[in-house]
Amino acid sequence: MTGNVETARAEATTTCTIAEAAREALAEEMRRDPTVWALGEDLAAGGIFGAYKGLAQEFGSERIVSTPISESMIMNVGFGAALAGTRPVVEMRILDFALCAWDELINQIAKARYMFGGQGNVPVVIRMPQGIGRGHQAAQHSQSLEAWLVHTPGLVVLAPATAADEKGMLKSAIRCDDPVAMLEPKALFPTTGEVPAGEHLTPIGVARIAREGSDVTLVTWSTLLPTALVAAEKAHEAGISVEVIDLRSLWPWDREAVMRSVAKTKRAVVAHEAVAVGGFGAEIAASISEELGLRVTRVGAPRIPVAYAPILENTYRVSAERILAAIERSA
Amino acid sequence: MGEMKAADRVTLGLAFLRTMVRIREFEMHARIGYDRGEIPGVVHLSIGQEAVPAGVCANLRRDDYVASTHRGHGHCIAKGADVTAMMAELFGKTTGTCKGKGGSMHIADFSVGMLGANGVVGGGIGIAVGAAQAARLLHKDAISACFFGDGAVNRGPFLEGLNWAAVFNLPVLFICEDNTFSAFTRASDTTAGKGPTARAEAIGVRALSVDGNNVFAVYEAARELVEGIRAGHGPGFLHAPTYRLDGHTVFDKAPYRSNEEVEYHRGDDPVALLESRLHAWGVDGTQLDAIHIEAREEMVRAMEAARKAPSPSEADAFADVQLIGAPR
Repeated sequence: MTGNVETARAEATTTCTIAEAAREALAEEMRRDPTVWALGEDLAAGGIFGAYKGLAQEFGSERIVSTPISESMIMNVGFGAALAGTRPVVEMRILDFALCAWDELINQIAKARYMFGGQGNVPVVIRMPQGIGRGHQAAQHSQSLEAWLVHTPGLVVLAPATAADEKGMLKSAIRCDDPVAMLEPKALFPTTGEVPAGEHLTPIGVARIAREGSDVTLVTWSTLLPTALVAAEKAHEAGISVEVIDLRSLWPWDREAVMRSVAKTKRAVVAHEAVAVGGFGAEIAASISEELGLRVTRVGAPRIPVAYAPILENTYRVSAERILAAIERSA
Repeated sequence: MGEMKAADRVTLGLAFLRTMVRIREFEMHARIGYDRGEIPGVVHLSIGQEAVPAGVCANLRRDDYVASTHRGHGHCIAKGADVTAMMAELFGKTTGTCKGKGGSMHIADFSVGMLGANGVVGGGIGIAVGAAQAARLLHKDAISACFFGDGAVNRGPFLEGLNWAAVFNLPVLFICEDNTFSAFTRASDTTAGKGPTARAEAIGVRALSVDGNNVFAVYEAARELVEGIRAGHGPGFLHAPTYRLDGHTVFDKAPYRSNEEVEYHRGDDPVALLESRLHAWGVDGTQLDAIHIEAREEMVRAMEAARKAPSPSEADAFADVQLIGAPR
């Protein structure tokens, strides 16, 4: 099994955006392995977030494939090509469009290993930038649906929030022999971070302590991480020491790291951008409750679609203030 | 077939007959197994449609890919899948092609390029197209053949898949095995326009239509398309109208059609048609009988092996879900 080895041979780091980190990861993997290729809309033009910029020039149109707007075919071609010995990177543009290919992802890809009795691997990565983006794009361009994916047996689900993890997780995902749903933090694509140069693999299933603390454990992931860190800083100013766990791998998720932290702090908050009802935060909260007997506070969006008007969009959005309030009332 | 030598056409005809009779005997034994309660789950039989897989797959190599449908036993057998493992799969046994996890609708045998039956109408189209794209990327000269029914032409993947294969000039043979019925409803009642061939042509895919009960006609048309595909001319489309002699599933008594209609189509039974042809070409009746006996004995052995094979244990339910993130 590949893809689960923590490697950081790099001595130097570079500063780049999340989109650039993604681009670098894919380019490195394509140079390393000739069976890696990518398919999706507008890839020759660099992709809508620039995460494929220049790759068509380097690798040619047979490995950076600009496809028709045919989501179900993009997904199922990736599936068939994975069964036939390649490692496709399927680009869905945004998660919302992957719903046009949900049959192919949920009925075909996720179940293939199982229903074919383990005859073959399905080493496909499905990239689905999710969440509220920049530009008020309303209900069909803003969803966070990780709970649907984690709910589906057969899938590995990753949700990086930093440039380093975007690079390290995309590389690990490409080397993974299971299908990987890669939920990229759409709103954070232009933000910069330190990225280890060269070979850098983030292990799958291992959480990261984004901020150490001793009073409350705050579990979060993806686009909400920066907001959670702001809330933790505000709590610090108010005299509460918050340990922020960037879960980053949603299936498998790092129970050990979460339980270790909560066993120490005895107080837990789970916060995500997705709708709270039936959200993956509920699974984390229930697990903590079952294992440690603690009451857990959840923070998520109300169960409403994302609206266009900024004031309405903000009503959906989980703010640092809401997370801070949850930290304060957690006990 | 005009130029084929008499001896060659007999040899070929006997080879087709062996494949078609093996498919039919497999289906008949599957029905027996279901009726006896030995096969626990749903089975879609392809009795009456055997000429399509036999004629098409005679043009395929072992390393070519096939994607199939919920009615996929014939495609598996014609592509060379092991009938003992197939029957064990229907029985839900560990020796099945999928260790009893897939059943009839997910029979697959990757060792012969059979990438799976499929429980979703049109679900195999993208798989076949993707395998063809992978073959090109890996510099292999394998092609993909994708079987689907008349119902699939009304689903999105039909348009998306044919367009995709045409745009990227991929080596894919699309076969619409048109058995007249989309489940319980006549395909003609739910399909507008001039039919599957016209739709394929509108997308720029070379399309042929043949009598799907005439195995030689299927073979010749598929050969012509496959030659073009292997020569790099891009995808081809074959429309093969035939008739589903059984119900949609083993428990469908097909009350939506008359017995007279079914009897009429029994007159076009592809196995009987081929046999009368071979007979006319001088093949001895005992030779034909021998093919039936051999196939029947093979399926009886497969059933016996399936009966004796071990059932999965409860722990097996947790195996082969995924490599990373084992189930809990």
